[in-house]
Amino acid sequence: MSAPTLVDFDDVVDRYDPVLGLEVHVELSTNTKMFCGCPTTFGAEPNTQVCPTCLGLPGSLPVVNRAAVEAAIRIGLALNCDIAPWGRFARKNYFYPDMPKNFQTSQYDEPIAVNGHLDVTLEDGTVVRVGIERAHMEEDTGKSLHVGGATGRIHGAEYSLLDYNRAGVPLIEIVTKMIPDTGARAPEVARAYVTALRDLIRSLGVSDVRMDQGSMRCDVNLSLSPKGSGILGTRSETKNVNSLRSVERAVRYEMTRHAGVLDAGEKVVQETRHFQEDTATTRSGRIKETSEDYRYFPEPDLVPIAPSPEWVEELRGTLPELPWERRARIQQEWQLSDAEQRDLVNAGALDLVAATVEAGAPSGEARSWWVSYLAQQANTRGVALDELPITPAQVARVIELVSSGELNNKLARQVVDGVLAGEGEPDEVVAGRGLAVVSDDGALIAAVDEALAAQPDVAEKIRGGKVAAAGAIVGAVMKATRGQADAKRVRELIIERCGG
Amino acid sequence: MSELTRLTAAELAQKIHSREVSAVEAAQAHLDRIAAVDERVHAFLHVGAEAALASAALVDESLDADTPPASPLAGVPLALKDVLTTTDMPTTVGSRILEGWRPPYDATVTAKLRAAGVTILGKTNMDEFAMGSSTEYSAYGPTHNPWNLDRIPGGSGGGSAAALAAFEAPLAIGTDTGGSIRQPAAMTGTVGVKPTYGGVSRYGLVACASSLDQAGPCARTVLDAALLHEVIAGHDPLDSTSIDAPVPAVVEAARRGAEGDLHGLRVGVVRELTGEGYQAGVQENFDAALRELEKLGAEVVEVSAPHFQYGLAAYYLILPSEVSSNLARFDAMRYGLRVDKGASAEEVMAATREAGFGPEVKRRIILGTYALSSGYYDAYYGQAQKVRTLISRDFAAAFEQADVLVSPTAPTTAFPIGDKVDDPLAMYLNDLATIPTNLAGTTAMSVPSGVAAEDGLPTGLQIMAPALGEAVMYRVGAAYEAARDAADGSPFATRIPEVKR
Amino acid sequence: MSPESSSAGGAITRDEVAHLARLSRLAVTDAELDVFAGQLDVILGAVARVGEVAAEDIPPTSHAVPLENVFRPDELRPGLTQEQALSGAPAAEDGRFRVPQILGEEQ
Repeated sequence: MSAPTLVDFDDVVDRYDPVLGLEVHVELSTNTKMFCGCPTTFGAEPNTQVCPTCLGLPGSLPVVNRAAVEAAIRIGLALNCDIAPWGRFARKNYFYPDMPKNFQTSQYDEPIAVNGHLDVTLEDGTVVRVGIERAHMEEDTGKSLHVGGATGRIHGAEYSLLDYNRAGVPLIEIVTKMIPDTGARAPEVARAYVTALRDLIRSLGVSDVRMDQGSMRCDVNLSLSPKGSGILGTRSETKNVNSLRSVERAVRYEMTRHAGVLDAGEKVVQETRHFQEDTATTRSGRIKETSEDYRYFPEPDLVPIAPSPEWVEELRGTLPELPWERRARIQQEWQLSDAEQRDLVNAGALDLVAATVEAGAPSGEARSWWVSYLAQQANTRGVALDELPITPAQVARVIELVSSGELNNKLARQVVDGVLAGEGEPDEVVAGRGLAVVSDDGALIAAVDEALAAQPDVAEKIRGGKVAAAGAIVGAVMKATRGQADAKRVRELIIERCGG
Repeated sequence: MSELTRLTAAELAQKIHSREVSAVEAAQAHLDRIAAVDERVHAFLHVGAEAALASAALVDESLDADTPPASPLAGVPLALKDVLTTTDMPTTVGSRILEGWRPPYDATVTAKLRAAGVTILGKTNMDEFAMGSSTEYSAYGPTHNPWNLDRIPGGSGGGSAAALAAFEAPLAIGTDTGGSIRQPAAMTGTVGVKPTYGGVSRYGLVACASSLDQAGPCARTVLDAALLHEVIAGHDPLDSTSIDAPVPAVVEAARRGAEGDLHGLRVGVVRELTGEGYQAGVQENFDAALRELEKLGAEVVEVSAPHFQYGLAAYYLILPSEVSSNLARFDAMRYGLRVDKGASAEEVMAATREAGFGPEVKRRIILGTYALSSGYYDAYYGQAQKVRTLISRDFAAAFEQADVLVSPTAPTTAFPIGDKVDDPLAMYLNDLATIPTNLAGTTAMSVPSGVAAEDGLPTGLQIMAPALGEAVMYRVGAAYEAARDAADGSPFATRIPEVKR
Repeated sequence: MSPESSSAGGAITRDEVAHLARLSRLAVTDAELDVFAGQLDVILGAVARVGEVAAEDIPPTSHAVPLENVFRPDELRPGLTQEQALSGAPAAEDGRFRVPQILGEEQ
């Protein structure tokens, strides 16, 4: 297959309007699976978290996990959806070895939540309202391991090994309405939406939402229409988009690829494509010999779900402060300007700062630590701020040690370095590195006297009333005490010793 | 033949619990009987003699220790249809595709039988995946009707019914999707009950059509069926469609019915299930049964169920649709047969399913796949579901006018083996009268109504009741049975001929 | 009782039956196809009777008994051991079910 012709991105958006659609699967972190009492934990020995039901053994039957329904309703409510007063599961019939029953139990035309929206804030503060078409419940498939062949991929494998531990883990699929009019910002909007959705679901506490572990997975639908024409193009569906960065790159790539096809006067093929992490491109899936007909019908082994208004309201009452509510509150409480707020959000620092404040630190100091020193450390290490091995509580403790005078700023940075280096809690680093501020006046007075004696001209100036000259002596004392003196106290002592 | 095998379950239980006979002796008598006749009847696919004797020994031990019996049927032998999973015996569902499969779990019905101390003798033959009305579609060869070995015993549960009629067991479990308990009961002169949908757990019942399947009791008397009914029924949290309500008091109802008074009860004759199309002897026995019911004091009224005539068509759309999905899991990947023809999983799946399924199963899978296809869904599956609603409404209206409804169970007596095996539609017509009950989820039973004058083969009276209306149904069934036996001068089972050599 | 067993015929073609068999993962033989096509045509002719019922306003019944909201608490239940899970497997390796190479894409 020849490489597709790609059109320059700026050129694409000059001539075409992209239309986005995003389908996100979230694995719920319930104790048990969607339809049976098997555990859902990640990484167990193969086929040890299975039972007749999730293995699809003859005669087995499903029973719906109440906690999964509650999680689905809470996600629906947080996304401003209507909760369906009555709905059934359906069977989606197709043969695939990772699916024990050769049908997936899913919600088809009767999803539990419909017609909502999520407001997404872009880096420059622009708010885009993304419409939510539906959120529905379904079950995950097992995992296949492809053996033989060079790549470990499905193609060229000699045989496959199947593990059904994941089969039946509850999934919520959240599908957006078409997102039009994003132009050149389509990639950014896609990423911002997935980020916002992740933060929202994390705040609900119903999933780990770890894209790297597959507990959150994204499919990107994209089509182009000639600018201003309003004619909807044929869409491609890109699967396997497993990081926030990949979401952005997949949209960008597909835009440039679609434009190439359209510019050549050809038709975009409606197909499933797979995102290639290494090259940031997409490749076509195998063309199916026959068009898929899933032969949906209502699942006879499960009875309808009819959430009462009372139940829905009870669940609404359990919603925590949602990310955007929290942001608004924090901005007001900390009296941040819009720009300051945006910087905090864009740096990914807001939640960390808030947590540091909740751990007892003043907001100014907390902000300062996260957006400057810690941001630099994250940058140097090439990780996200929240991936640094330090907790908000630890940062709050460092701030506390500074404000009580036990550390100065320079020492505090060394304590933080120690925590980041895995030397333990801040107090352990202080003890381990011997970093406490020297507050014994006797030792300091000796150091001050020594410094004054070493620089008699400066001492003379200070005695003459030029207090500003004390800085040089402070520096000398600090150097002599290897930074462990409290600079403020040193200055006081200098003036005292010079008869001030 | 040992006298023990001629006893009813109630009589045998009484002898075991009074220590007159041991459970082991009872089990051994039936195992001996199986050894003597099953070569000709072929009711069993698997006999678990060792496990049966061990289970019976436990009952004896417990009784020796003066512990009260675990249930009124503790120590009584039973034949289990091979559609319910058992950890100590294979479960094949009459299909090659599950040949030798040993489930790692017990069906809820199996577990309840074990807990009740019932001795499970073995697994009985059936049409493959419970699809059929003659047991000829079993991959392991047909079962023969003990009344006449050249005749079919009905199906799909022909093995369970034949085991009763051959005195190989006093009790059996069947499953009924469109008549698979009741029609074999009629063909073999035994009693079979399809409980209300949701009355007996389906957990561990290998599905044919999930929305229609229901396990139920089979016996030679109404009281025995009632005793077994109370052992296997009840709410099961492992089955979402299981009804969370008390089990109807069917034993008490059967005892009351046997006293023989049906005054104040109205019996509805369903106009659409009578008339032409019935074999003469079937019709004569049905008319005679109506006269018996009137003599017992019941008021016989005629009711109409105008949509029953569409039941067969709706059923043969709904059932294959569910079958096509339920049987997709038999794909050679995780259990059962694997035919290693072809290099890919896809080829192996198709080759295995081709080799492992019989023609009737394949026909219904293809039919169901068609009925669910996007272009045809509304016209076939969707419309069938609406007919289902209309049939339920017909029942509701009829039960306004009558406490129970009656009809012949099947249009003919047992037909010769091989007669209809290549004419699926003719085979389907056997289920005409039994299907509406499955579509509506209500309950019905078949009670022997004599033998047809022209061929000497048994016929059945079907008694239908509303959902959870088992008590009134058992009462009518037991009353009719007692009246019939009184008229004959002996229990119906004594009319069953000895299995010919 | 007057079951409509006559068929108008032409409800389904041999090619359609072949297509349905492929969809159903049944490697049917040509001889079987010939037989099935005729039989299914007759059966479809008979079951098409459901279309004679005027049922526009009638709600479909998917479940025989009108139950709703049947749930299970989110509590662990003992399942199968790996050995039990694999006990019926035609082939297994390293605690997993071994199957021939899979040609289709994951869905």
